[in-house]
Amino acid sequence: MGLAALILLLLIVAVILGVIGIYNSCVQLLNQVKNAWSQIDVQLKRRHDLIPNLVETTKGYAKHEQQTLENLTAARSGAMTARTVADKSRAEGALSGAIGRFMMVVENYPDLKANANFLALKEELTSTENKIAFARQNYNDQVLFYNNNIQTFPSNIIAGMFHFTAQEFFELEDAADRAVPRVDFS
Amino acid sequence: MWELIKENHRKSILVFALLAATLLVLGYVIGAAISPAQGGPAGLGIALAIWIMMSFVSIFAGESILLMSSHAKEVTHDMHPQLFNVAEEMKIAAGLPAMPRLYIMYHAAPNAFAAGLNPQNSSIVVTTGLLEKLNRDELQGVIAHEMGHIINRDVQFMTLAGVLLGSITILSEVFLRGLFYSSARGSSRRYNSRGGGQAQIILILTAVAVAILAPILAQVFYFAISRKREYLADATSARLTRYPEGLASALEKISVRIPANETTDNINKITAPMYIVNPREAANAMAADDWMSTHPPIENRIKILRGMMGGAGVSFSDYQNAYARVNNDGKTIIPDSALTKTETVVIRDPNPESPVSGPGRQTRDLGDLVRAAGGFAFLTCACGLKIKLPPDFKKSHVTCPRCRRDNRVPIAEMLAVGAAADLAMRSAAQPKQPPQTELHYERKGRGWETVSCTCGHHMQVSPLFAGTNMKCPKCGTVIRIG
Repeated sequence: MGLAALILLLLIVAVILGVIGIYNSCVQLLNQVKNAWSQIDVQLKRRHDLIPNLVETTKGYAKHEQQTLENLTAARSGAMTARTVADKSRAEGALSGAIGRFMMVVENYPDLKANANFLALKEELTSTENKIAFARQNYNDQVLFYNNNIQTFPSNIIAGMFHFTAQEFFELEDAADRAVPRVDFS
Repeated sequence: MWELIKENHRKSILVFALLAATLLVLGYVIGAAISPAQGGPAGLGIALAIWIMMSFVSIFAGESILLMSSHAKEVTHDMHPQLFNVAEEMKIAAGLPAMPRLYIMYHAAPNAFAAGLNPQNSSIVVTTGLLEKLNRDELQGVIAHEMGHIINRDVQFMTLAGVLLGSITILSEVFLRGLFYSSARGSSRRYNSRGGGQAQIILILTAVAVAILAPILAQVFYFAISRKREYLADATSARLTRYPEGLASALEKISVRIPANETTDNINKITAPMYIVNPREAANAMAADDWMSTHPPIENRIKILRGMMGGAGVSFSDYQNAYARVNNDGKTIIPDSALTKTETVVIRDPNPESPVSGPGRQTRDLGDLVRAAGGFAFLTCACGLKIKLPPDFKKSHVTCPRCRRDNRVPIAEMLAVGAAADLAMRSAAQPKQPPQTELHYERKGRGWETVSCTCGHHMQVSPLFAGTNMKCPKCGTVIRIG
């Protein structure tokens, strides 16, 4: 066993450690992507939970807006019962639209706008819409990090060996969905 | 972003090693100067001991010392929904594993800082001055900047560097003072008698030189690192919020010079560098781009951030480009490894703002928030004034300062309710005793009205309410509606 054999052995050990390191980082980044995806669902569910409160608070003030309130409630149940990813995406977009129209109607009721309960709910709703947007943003960031990792050399060799595939970015299909409902009273 | 963190990690280790070497050399040289025989290693040992002790203190208790010295009060979602929501949004955007704890500090000057050694366990402190002056987007920019410090492990790094700096300073000061006092007392003969004569003097001179230079060099280094980290945190904030104008206009509002006579009690020399804008520099109108400043000049920071608006995007390479345009000094803020991957990160629209109720009301609300967290009780007088009772208030009556009415402080009832609730918790099915008082409320009109109970709870009376009595859900007092 000469010096050459020893060096070769060390080299092999180094390569094995490197492969392990790269594999682990691929796994970790993929898990981050999955986690980010579930975060979006958490925020969407939070929005569902806020709607009934909003409808209740408004009922006392805006008696003539039955239709708008009913549309909002229907959109919410549509979003809660959607199952496939495509259906969910469409239903959530419809819900965003319903919330936007509801906010436009609310502008005609200054008493409602000044009500403390309503203001607190409005803040929560604005925040939830922002959180949904940021959750999607975070998901896209994680997908970017992951894709970069598995597509650059030398990680792409390892990724190919263990069948890590590139993930898709989250994109809103309908341009109208991109418009987050503006909770604006100016 | 991971490359940024890894790069910072590598640099931390390098800086750490350099400062550590300085400290140990200093210790050895001082020890050797005092007693050439065994002094060298002894001095080294002492330096090491000081360093380890200070590291322990700052790692285990650093955050709580910081929070206590600024009298910061923890904030929950219910106490200040906007602040909490803004921070939670940034936590989601950054993908942090745990939400940082939020604290409010009662101080007129707008400022913020982050504490905590890792993202799982961190804190952000915000002054009441900041909450008053900033709108939602600006607040979010500032919070994102502080989170940037947490994500980039700046707090960890600056704490370790600060500890080393502190150790070096202590060691050199002790040595120099010791030298001064011993020579003042004329006992320099003691050194000569140990033998070695001329070599001894050279050693002492070297030690003195090193003792004077080391803290200065360490400080220069510390400040340079600090400035770079601030730029990095700005870049992270722009990327997280996708709206650099928010942070830019926040910095603009913060940079308004505070008059020198305003008190800066809670901010001392130790905590000052950790704020988003160094409050002592702002107060003294110091030109902030010297090598002595912990933060880069605010005008530059604002220009860089605004330079990104209307541009390609807010990725790190965009920040680097904007920095190069403004500063033109060839320095790289973002390490190359973080720039190799091209990404287009698009800017978003500003948040539409809800109608502001007015700065006066906001200040009052914030003051009340801090008082409530500090154990104050609130009592509404019939004239409408909200009386604030400190936690050690023991009397059963208080005179309203505005209308001179004698208000009863229901301490006895509160204690009774408290004791009853306590018993109920320990043994099930104990009926709660409602207080004996009865209040009377006169209807003012036919619409929705707010009824305030003496316990501080507010209730809404509907226009359709046709009954005569209402019961406060919080304390059980019966209120007659007439």
